[in-house]
Amino acid sequence: MSINLAAQINSIMAALILLTAFGLLVQRRMYGLLHLFAWQGLFLSVSTAIVGYVSGAHHLYISSILTLALKVVLIPYILHFLIRQLHIHKEVEQLVNVPTTMLIGIALVIFSYYLTAPIRELSTLVTRSTLAVALATVMLGLLMMITRRHAVTQIIGFLALENGLFFAATSATYGMPLVVELGVALDILIAAFIFGIFFFQIRTTFDSLDVEQMTKLKEED
Amino acid sequence: MMTLSPFVLVSLSILIIAFTLILVPLFARHQKILIYVSFPLMAISSAIAVIAGIWSVAVGIPESTILSIGLPDLPFHLRLDPLSGFFLTVIGLLSFFVSIYSTGYCKGYAGKRSVTHLVIFYSLFIAGMFLVVLSDDAFFFLISWELMAIASYFLVMFEDELIENRRAAFLYLVVAHIGAIAILLSFGVLAGATGLEGFSGYTFDAMRQTEFPLKWATVAFLLAFFGFSAKAGVIPLHVWLPEAHPAAPSNVSALMSGVMLKTAIYGIIRVTFDLIKVFPLWWGAMVLVLGLITAIMGILYAIMQNDIKRMLAYSSVENIGVILIGIGLAIIFTSFHIPVLAALSLTAVFYHSINHAMFKGLLFMGAGALLHATHKKNMDEMGGLIHYMPWTSTLFLIGSISISALPPFNGFISEWLIFQAFLLSPSLNSPLLNLLIPMGAALLALTAALVAACFVKGFGIAFLGHWRGLHNPPLHRGGLEVNWPMRIGMLLPALMCLILGILPTMVIEWMDKISDELVGGKIATTAGAFGWLWLTPVAHERASYSGAIVLLWIIVVVMLVYILLHSRKTAIHRVPLWDCGFEKITPRMQYNANSFSMPIRRIFGFLFNIREQVRLSNATLHPSFPNRLYYRLRIRDRFWGWIYKPISESSYWISRKFGRLQQGYIHVYLIYSFITIIILLVFAR
Amino acid sequence: MIELYPFLIEAIQILIVLLFAPLFVGWIRMLKCWFQGRTSAGLFQPYRDIVKLFHKDVILAENASWLFRFTPYLVFGVTVLAGGIIPILSLSLPFATVADVIAIVALFAIVRFFTALAGMDIGTAFGGMGSSREMMIGSLAEPAMLMAIFTVSLISQTTSLSNMADMLIHKEFILRPSMAFALLAFVLISLAETGRIPVDNPATHLELTMIHEAMILEYSGRHLALIEWAGMIKLFLFTTIGIASFFPWGISTLPSNAAIGGLGNLISISAGIIFLILKLGFLGIGLILIETGLAKMRIFRVPEFLGGAFLLSTLGMLSYFILE
Repeated sequence: MSINLAAQINSIMAALILLTAFGLLVQRRMYGLLHLFAWQGLFLSVSTAIVGYVSGAHHLYISSILTLALKVVLIPYILHFLIRQLHIHKEVEQLVNVPTTMLIGIALVIFSYYLTAPIRELSTLVTRSTLAVALATVMLGLLMMITRRHAVTQIIGFLALENGLFFAATSATYGMPLVVELGVALDILIAAFIFGIFFFQIRTTFDSLDVEQMTKLKEED
Repeated sequence: MMTLSPFVLVSLSILIIAFTLILVPLFARHQKILIYVSFPLMAISSAIAVIAGIWSVAVGIPESTILSIGLPDLPFHLRLDPLSGFFLTVIGLLSFFVSIYSTGYCKGYAGKRSVTHLVIFYSLFIAGMFLVVLSDDAFFFLISWELMAIASYFLVMFEDELIENRRAAFLYLVVAHIGAIAILLSFGVLAGATGLEGFSGYTFDAMRQTEFPLKWATVAFLLAFFGFSAKAGVIPLHVWLPEAHPAAPSNVSALMSGVMLKTAIYGIIRVTFDLIKVFPLWWGAMVLVLGLITAIMGILYAIMQNDIKRMLAYSSVENIGVILIGIGLAIIFTSFHIPVLAALSLTAVFYHSINHAMFKGLLFMGAGALLHATHKKNMDEMGGLIHYMPWTSTLFLIGSISISALPPFNGFISEWLIFQAFLLSPSLNSPLLNLLIPMGAALLALTAALVAACFVKGFGIAFLGHWRGLHNPPLHRGGLEVNWPMRIGMLLPALMCLILGILPTMVIEWMDKISDELVGGKIATTAGAFGWLWLTPVAHERASYSGAIVLLWIIVVVMLVYILLHSRKTAIHRVPLWDCGFEKITPRMQYNANSFSMPIRRIFGFLFNIREQVRLSNATLHPSFPNRLYYRLRIRDRFWGWIYKPISESSYWISRKFGRLQQGYIHVYLIYSFITIIILLVFAR
Repeated sequence: MIELYPFLIEAIQILIVLLFAPLFVGWIRMLKCWFQGRTSAGLFQPYRDIVKLFHKDVILAENASWLFRFTPYLVFGVTVLAGGIIPILSLSLPFATVADVIAIVALFAIVRFFTALAGMDIGTAFGGMGSSREMMIGSLAEPAMLMAIFTVSLISQTTSLSNMADMLIHKEFILRPSMAFALLAFVLISLAETGRIPVDNPATHLELTMIHEAMILEYSGRHLALIEWAGMIKLFLFTTIGIASFFPWGISTLPSNAAIGGLGNLISISAGIIFLILKLGFLGIGLILIETGLAKMRIFRVPEFLGGAFLLSTLGMLSYFILE
């Protein structure tokens, strides 16, 4: 496989990650969200492996496998379990309507392109052009956390955001040191567990996972 | 001995207008003769102006003269260069058609009201527009501008017994004058920056020869753009337009929408490309964004209207937006020093200007014909008129097709050129712009598609289906058709729409000198390179289009299929409408204007201030079967509440505060004057 | 002297458009029957339908105007014109320069404009409903469609379909995310523009769901035959536009003049036809997979669907600038 072809495949992966990020933004069904998230993890893992191949940094293969195990299998499984246990697989409501969210998303992509343009000029890496996509994925994850009112969707938004960060690291610098990545992966896993426990707690307290309910915590004047 | 030249012709045309004005008092007693004399004279005058305009653009050499009247230090300067020649052609063409039309249209007023005023102000209005494009100094420009504005104000006021007409005219007057003040200030800034003594800085020639510093150029540009935008109806300065254009008599609305708005476009182009000649990128970006907003909002508002003239007025707002998009692109391309693409955008601007004059003039005249025949403006009270007005309906249909940018008519050409300009934006050396400008193309595409929806509604509701009015439909087929002068007045612009649609290469070759003079780029060498039949801007492998072949093919195939199918006998049976086994179908069951636009209203509803009310009267049988159902829909322009209401309220508030100064005692007023003099003396020391 | 070869190829192509369009529809219907476990009416049923309609008398409402009678002819003529422009068999058609892809979109807009007007002509509630909905869908689909096409034309630096296809065939093949997005968007838009599930159901006359059928409800006899035939051609043409702008390999690239010789041209054209049949066969299967897998949407979900198509084409354009 030539470097050139690898770079092309990497671009395709970046495009697919962006697509899944938008998919997460507009998907209504809970299971749909989960599947999209798993797909995003898969694309991320493939992209990481390719960057590893291109750069010759072999620890990236480990990151890739780790991503595959965690973000494609384990975390989706945990969330799946949670959703089934809590009976929350119906449609998710959105605070902002879909077309507006999409337009904001497009604006964010353009904005991140604008932000990363100077880096693109400076960098010599094959993967430099995917940096804008990585930043856009982070922002779209954040946007998803803002526009959704359900706790589980917020978690998925958070995890998507983390995917973006990971992608940024691989595309900008060919990955962080392995130790850091292992640490982050562990963090994510633990976070997922803690969120799970919190869901049960929120649920028993408010009888709902709608984060709007949190406004009730505010002290009345 | 004077030799014949474009300038002589245009002077002749203005003299004929003056002659018409002299004739008016003579015939004031004989209204019919007045109509039959004055409007044909105006048509002749306009036709001469058209010849002058076409000639001057073809020759491409500016001619100028100085009249020895005016201010002591500043005589009137006149100049006829290709740019003014082009706009002279546009104005002249439409006023030629409209004058023919008016001969028939104004007969409708005979015996009801005096048309003397109409004739006077109509002539002054056209003279004003001619002089605006001819003037070559700031002072004369503003005088002509005011002549045009005041004359059109009185024309809007023509049917002044209705309160809404008086209000519309007042609103128009206010906005026009705020705009005029901005233009005046802009010229002041420019004249000051020329550094010349006295009034000589106010000539356009002096401005042309000055290199303006960016700071003053920006101030002047912003002021001028604001002022001309107020006239052109750029959102958010558009509010007067949908009020004033429907209020005026339809022949005047045709002129106001078709060409008066173009004088503002002329002003923007003249000031930006000819006088200031500085092109910062952000000016272009600003004009482009405003153009896009104007286009999309204009057409969305147009779709929501049920009054046919208001719909057309809002659609004019949209077309001004499209023209501004072209101007914005031209400024951007010039700021990147790509003259060919700037020329392409400007050509699109000019082409769309003449196109819009033709089809909007035609459509307003068609609306006038509807008004003439049915005395109604609300589409919901028309319907089925295609049977009663075969001429008007066909011509209105041609106007609708042209404005919806469908080949082989003219609207498509200019829109296609703008798309091509959009698609060439990747040659700009700026990654961010490369990314953003194609989004504009998508918005323009949305606009174009919505225009088609709007005019399907307009034509479909007014001309198709059954008669929707409360009273019985008119008697016999063809019985409502308007008189011949009106038909000819509409037929000619319809023909122009077709000609401009199938012979774009010739027109572009003709108008190429203008963009050459303004931005130093030509496209005709490439546009017509493949032969007159094919329009190929930039390069023929990039894009090509041939309206003539499209038209020819459609004609041939339609005839061929028709003949093939009619060689065998299959009969046509005329039957009553199938009613699904239900009781008789009534015209009230048809889709009406509101229901047609409902899906679009629902999607874009957030842009409007909509109040929808459904009320059921108490049911006798069952809640599901109410006796009566009331439906009320009110759609308002959001800009009114956002911008105009606060301004008008705050100005009332300020006036009330100032009202305290008014005491009614003469002594107090004397004290005011005295204090003013003291202060002035202190400052003047 | 005008050469005859190009015009011969043009004639062959138009003939193929006219004949293959019903066949393609027949193929789709047959597949659909198989997928749903029904017996199909055969590949040639659409031909029989059209011929039957041509032989029937026309039943026309009393208040139908000339516009109503003129529309079928115009719709048919414009659609066939588009069929002569799109490079289906050869890249060097004499008609290819008549209209670029923007103009082809505008040609389809003419079809929509007149069909919508004809729907309102009779003055029934159904006709108006169909027209109103069709114009709504059209006005949202058109910008998305142009955006998708712009993406492809940015890559190939041209808006002429023939030159776009030529670029793709002759340039070195690169995996382009922008093309993938544009293709996806194009598929969604084609579903909407040709009135397929999930946007519209071509097989229903149920009052609440129909869009295109509602507009043409009052047509009968030869008028209906022309409209139906034009509808089939439109579906065929959207497929071939997709082929030309995304999978052009196989279309004859020989300059169609006598210098190449009749035989060479003949071979490359027949190869083109075979490729076309293969591609259409596969695309038909793809279409049916989509149609069988999805349910028809509520009408006000359509804006979201088309918004998605617009998003995809915009992403295509963005990824062209960002990633390539």
